[in-house]
Amino acid sequence: MNALVTDLTDWIDVGAVTDVPLRGARRVPTPTGDVAVFRTGDNQVYALRDRCPHKDGPLSQGIVHGRAVTCPLHAWNIDLASGEPMGADAGKGCTPVVPLQIRDGRILLGQA
Amino acid sequence: MTASPKERLVVIGNGMAGCRAVQEVLKRDPTRYEIAIFGAEPRVNYDRIMLSPVLAGEKSFADIVINDEAWYRDNGITLHAGRKVVGIDREAKLVRAEGGLEVAYDRLLLAMGSDPIRLPLPGAELTGVVTFRDLDDVEAMIAAVKPGARAVVIGGGLLGIEAAYGLARRGMGATVVHLMDVLMERQLDASAGFLLTQAMAERGVDTVLGANSEEILGQDGRVAGLKLKDGRVLPCDLLVMAVGIRPATTLAKAAGLEVGRGVMVDDAMRTSDPAIYAVGECVEHRGQVYGLVAPIWEMCKTLGQTLTGVASTYEGSVLSTRLKVSGVDVFSAGKFAGGEGCEDIIFRDAGRGVYKRIVLEGGKVAGAVLFGDAADGGWYFDLMRSGEPVGDIRETLVFGQAVTEGLRGLDPSAAVAAMADEAEICGCNGVCKGTITQAIADQGLTTLESVRAVTKASASCGSCTPLVEKILIASLGDAFQVQTGPKPVCSCTEKGHDEVRRRIVAEGLKTMPAVMQALEWRTPDGCASCRPALNYYLLCAWPGEYRDDKQSRFINERVHANIQKDGTYSVVPRMWGGMTTPNELRAIADVADKFKIPTVKVTGGQRIDLLGVKKDDLPAVWADLNAAGMVSGHAYAKGLRTVKTCVGSEWCRFGTQDSTGLGVQLEKIMWGSWSPAKVKLGVSGCPRNCAEATCKDIGVVCVDSGYEIHIGGAAGLHIQGTELLTKVATEEEAIWAICAVMQLYRENGWYLERIYKWMARVGLESIRTEIENPNRRRQLYDLFAYSQRFSRIDPWAERVAGRHADEFNPLSRRMEFAPA
Repeated sequence: MNALVTDLTDWIDVGAVTDVPLRGARRVPTPTGDVAVFRTGDNQVYALRDRCPHKDGPLSQGIVHGRAVTCPLHAWNIDLASGEPMGADAGKGCTPVVPLQIRDGRILLGQA
Repeated sequence: MTASPKERLVVIGNGMAGCRAVQEVLKRDPTRYEIAIFGAEPRVNYDRIMLSPVLAGEKSFADIVINDEAWYRDNGITLHAGRKVVGIDREAKLVRAEGGLEVAYDRLLLAMGSDPIRLPLPGAELTGVVTFRDLDDVEAMIAAVKPGARAVVIGGGLLGIEAAYGLARRGMGATVVHLMDVLMERQLDASAGFLLTQAMAERGVDTVLGANSEEILGQDGRVAGLKLKDGRVLPCDLLVMAVGIRPATTLAKAAGLEVGRGVMVDDAMRTSDPAIYAVGECVEHRGQVYGLVAPIWEMCKTLGQTLTGVASTYEGSVLSTRLKVSGVDVFSAGKFAGGEGCEDIIFRDAGRGVYKRIVLEGGKVAGAVLFGDAADGGWYFDLMRSGEPVGDIRETLVFGQAVTEGLRGLDPSAAVAAMADEAEICGCNGVCKGTITQAIADQGLTTLESVRAVTKASASCGSCTPLVEKILIASLGDAFQVQTGPKPVCSCTEKGHDEVRRRIVAEGLKTMPAVMQALEWRTPDGCASCRPALNYYLLCAWPGEYRDDKQSRFINERVHANIQKDGTYSVVPRMWGGMTTPNELRAIADVADKFKIPTVKVTGGQRIDLLGVKKDDLPAVWADLNAAGMVSGHAYAKGLRTVKTCVGSEWCRFGTQDSTGLGVQLEKIMWGSWSPAKVKLGVSGCPRNCAEATCKDIGVVCVDSGYEIHIGGAAGLHIQGTELLTKVATEEEAIWAICAVMQLYRENGWYLERIYKWMARVGLESIRTEIENPNRRRQLYDLFAYSQRFSRIDPWAERVAGRHADEFNPLSRRMEFAPA
């Protein structure tokens, strides 16, 4: 983060970190489609648009392992930090990352 | 911010060539062009060569879509679908479309394809006379299908035969009328053509050879028949002209481009105007016009390089053909019919209906035609293209690759090593040898699993696994050999399923972290392959003790419904033994109405499927179904699915036992059980086998003297009948035996391994030995019964009562509406 840039993003509190299961995900509906909020086994939280770059599969419904989620439709593995497909599907599109902050155990999503 | 304006690439043609060309460009330089595509059909890009299976009802349109709307959107491509281009202004560099739309281009690509030829016969304008080119044609043909209707197809080439077969599959009487004496004479010799005529007859397609069409007869403006020159009349309700294609060149001609039979292009796919390119069936290259897909792919590859500034030449294509008629295996390539200076090697097996002819010229393969067993087509084609001398393998050449290489100095890897880098290894995922060898070298891969993960080779149907292994051996030598052994569960471990299962029990491992620790997993928390497997193994080993980990369940088992392609779910309530009541049906109808469920379908397992349910609605849907006495059908489970029954002795005049009653009892005992893969049962009341029990995982066929218990049927990717496991005299013994075999499978099967695969691995005899030993059978039955105490619980009712409520609710609704 560049501290000199004024933060113009609206941050919305969508719940506590512990509301998202470990190695799991929850959905946050928005007017432009769902956001998927993931929590990994080592307690890191990530947010992506809930849409696989392959066939729009809902990533929030996939199995979370390491820092990745496996899409429930055709088993693409998506890196939670970058939104990029991994392994054999690397380079085939990308799921947009949603701005996210953790403050006092709360999850804040950026509304750009 | 300023960005330099992109070059504008306009493509006329949204078909296989146009879109493939764009993919080839994007693959090399995704940002160079601003791309617009014009398509005459009002739909996204689909695989035209798969229209035949769509016509035959073996695939749906959705199955053959190559690029869906997301692809256009994600790549920033403007698609003008259903907009016909009416002119090209080369001076102004503009494309004009219907409705006055004008789009400027820097580079223009013509990929208009071809038009089907319509014979100028009298009556050609009648309703019911169609060609076979696009989805509209297919829909017109399907619309003509009705009981007793007949179709005549003019043209016995590839397309005509596929059309006739598709119509016959749909229940029409179909006749192919062909001018020549041999079907597909441009690809088949007379012997193979004869076998094809026979095979088509077995599939309900008649053939009239040497037939000259004279006139299409009509009645009230509709086609009624085809009159041949010899006076014969073939009555029909649908007439399909499949006599060939003609490159679509009207636009190019009007624009003043050089046009011969097709739009003339040079080796860089450029037309006579240096800003205009052309690919696909509309072009003429070195005097050749192509109508098959492989050359189109090769042209598009060259074009992709040309348009991204890489010099490339297309030098024409060598062709091979495969027919897409189920169960008729036909391959042809090169000089299949021989000729001067050619020698033939021919193999026939009348019993199997196999015919193979390999044509040699100058000691090399010059062509091949295969009928009935075309598995080696790709191998012969590779030999042909590589021009490798085959003198030393001539004796075994006709028996195919496996035999030839098995005999060639006992080194099965030699042939793989000799394969060209472009040789395709994995047909499902389009992976060629070079991609695999490069991945092995660049990333230091040493196992089959890692090659699968990185390249996708052998990751789909798996039939190329032996080839991929040979490539590993050829690349690594002994470094791969030491890796062989049991198949690892996944790339998180080198341990095989058997070892994992054995050690969970022997070492008392009761949690997933304990297993991963003890067995030295290489990843922190596994992956989407091993976690569901371990979860099942633990659940099976420690019933009542292990706590199911829902985050290690595939979505369907986590939410007890089946995810669909659009992210909605399908819901299937249990119908015990396929029995239902007016009340249940009313409740299902009410649920469908109340929740506006778009699709209600009868399944193959004698139940009803409610498709298109929103995730948030699932608990409420289940509550209503529960209220009518229905529970989950576990249609999503690696576990007991359905028990299909016939009506048996209760109603049927042939029934020998109460098959329905036995089916209901089995389902009531076994429902809710988890297993390595899905388990479907069938119970038939007599050997007529109306419940199709002999293609189920476990099947019962009732006979006068008792119950035959079968296992190991399959009717999916793989088709195979069951094997008889044992025969018992009473219903009670049948239940014991079935529960015992289920438990044996639960304890020994590998995750995702269906019963038929398990049976093939351990051998039917070893299963029979255990089941026919009364003490062992009793023990297995008791273990199953104990485990069922914790399983026969309706997961829907639990969730209606609030279990895992978070799963069905959004985390927050605070972002649902745009800020004011």
